[in-house]
Amino acid sequence: MAAVSTNSITKRFGDVTAVDGISLTAFDGEFMVLLGPSGCGKTTLLRIIAGLEKPSSGDVLIDAQVVNDLPPRARGIAMVFQSYGLYPHLTVWNNIAFPLRTQGTPREDIKRKVEWAAGLLSIDHLVERRPRQLSGGERQRVALARALVRDPTVFLLDEPLSNLDAKLRASARSELKQFQKTVRTATIYVTHDQVEAMGMGDRIAVIDHGRLRQIGTPTEIYEQPADEFVASFLGTPPMNLIERDGGSLGFRPENFLPKELLNGAPVVEFPFRIDRLEYLGSERILYGALDGRAAKREVTAKLPAHAALDGISPGAWHKFAVREKELRYFDRDGRSVRDPKRPPP
Amino acid sequence: MTALAVDAPRPKSRFLLDRQEIIGPLFIAPAILYVLVLVAMPFLLAIYYAVSAYTIFDPTYRFVGLKNFTDVIASEVFRRTLINTFVFTIGAQVIGLVLGKFGAMLLMQEFRGRGIARALVVLPWAVPVSLATLAWQWMFDSLYSVINWTMIAVGLMDPAEPWQWLGQQDLAMVAVTVVHAWRLFPFAVVIFIAGFTSVPKDVLDAATIDGAGFWRRNYQIILPIIMPIAVIALIFGTVFTFTDLSVVYLLTRGGPMNGTQVLGSLAFQVGILSGDVAHGAVICLFLFPFLLVAVIFLLRMLRRREI
Repeated sequence: MAAVSTNSITKRFGDVTAVDGISLTAFDGEFMVLLGPSGCGKTTLLRIIAGLEKPSSGDVLIDAQVVNDLPPRARGIAMVFQSYGLYPHLTVWNNIAFPLRTQGTPREDIKRKVEWAAGLLSIDHLVERRPRQLSGGERQRVALARALVRDPTVFLLDEPLSNLDAKLRASARSELKQFQKTVRTATIYVTHDQVEAMGMGDRIAVIDHGRLRQIGTPTEIYEQPADEFVASFLGTPPMNLIERDGGSLGFRPENFLPKELLNGAPVVEFPFRIDRLEYLGSERILYGALDGRAAKREVTAKLPAHAALDGISPGAWHKFAVREKELRYFDRDGRSVRDPKRPPP
Repeated sequence: MTALAVDAPRPKSRFLLDRQEIIGPLFIAPAILYVLVLVAMPFLLAIYYAVSAYTIFDPTYRFVGLKNFTDVIASEVFRRTLINTFVFTIGAQVIGLVLGKFGAMLLMQEFRGRGIARALVVLPWAVPVSLATLAWQWMFDSLYSVINWTMIAVGLMDPAEPWQWLGQQDLAMVAVTVVHAWRLFPFAVVIFIAGFTSVPKDVLDAATIDGAGFWRRNYQIILPIIMPIAVIALIFGTVFTFTDLSVVYLLTRGGPMNGTQVLGSLAFQVGILSGDVAHGAVICLFLFPFLLVAVIFLLRMLRRREI
């Protein structure tokens, strides 16, 4: 069942359209990621769902009820902010208890719920401390616990990992995912980090310039990008795009390999001049140009580090190829075309 | 081949200003000099005069011990003045800070002309106190008072018996306190705006989502967060008011019948205008214990903030 839906949400700030007619639905228990570059409108959309911003037009539905005119506290949502928004003058205990107190929850219920949430997130030894005495990871858990005690229909998370250092972020990512699986509450998670999106999302909604570009599972988004934006936003390095009949032809760097490595399946061959080579430990990235074809940006190939590199050297031409089924086609407007009328020459 | 370039040793004096043990005292010296000459000296001088029979008419030094202190404490006017000083200080703080907080809340809202409104609020600060008090004097005038005119117009005052703002002791006390609160108001507004701006937006949004309404957000979230700033403003304002004599002196000269004298104005009256330096110094020294408490409290607050 749908936990949250937005129906053609539009938000204008003066002349700027921050959100441009986005409709999407997150189902019960689903982990939905809103992914996009900074300033694409994903946080605004989240704040509209939360009720912190009013949409210029469109409806927000939570639990199958239009909540446009409900204040945030009545929407059955809980939100975790980028910098957590903990109350600096209150102890961890009182931070977690605050949303319950505003609802007039009986004292013994508050105690039970706070203890349960603190236990679930293993912060029960920190309840007497104040936020400034906590590490980044601990603060994030307190924010989660505070969201949890409200027993919301949906969690709204606004880049909650971006204030953590890289190492902590990786572990927090899996903990957060695990936590969401345990509580099974629908979650809308905003991020600009494709690794977070791919790793955590049940489904990803890719947003750019206030528009929804594609919504789908991580595999769909990566394998079948709906347009050139999605193709080039996901993947490091992003998909190679080369011009073809006004439209373009795309292939992922990891599918662009020396021809002799691809045997069996039908392939399309490209002469590839390697300009430089990057060794990244587990893999090598090759940068270069294709013979006779205008690429929209530098063409890259990603090879496993253990692949034989005999004879591959910068400055020389090599026979590289892509399996036909790995090729993607985009029309003049950059939209994905499933079935090309003509095979590439 | 090893050819190490070795700089020729430079004269030591060139690095004199790089040495902390020299540059430190050098930089702090002006501040210490200032404190010694303009704070410690006058203070010691006040004690020196307070135990003497020094007047400008008889400028020979004669030690009289604590006699001046007992004189002053025994005086009816002084005791009245001491009470007035507290009424004036506390009253002006309460009015100034409460209105300042609401003023700041209004000025935090988005509205057309907010910049102009913010600039206008600071005006009481920028206007010379003598000029401002002149305007207030007209507002409290026995015949032309706009305050009375308004109150008569809305039916709160009997036109046959208009209030004599500056002619009745209680009303005159209210008048000087209000004018001083008006002077403190911009400072309070600025401090509260700075405080409100320092509350992270995420915290306010979180409180909204957690179900805190306007009052709860204000008194359970915002006020506790800005409390350290507010307390410093309060103590600063208290010290500023406690030692102030300008409003009282300009508006009522301490009258009617010493009904609005505060320590500052009485000390000025006795010590300078009447030339009784010794008794003036004693009255001044009565400021000291109260200010000491305020300053100790302030310093403790500041230290707590640092940790």
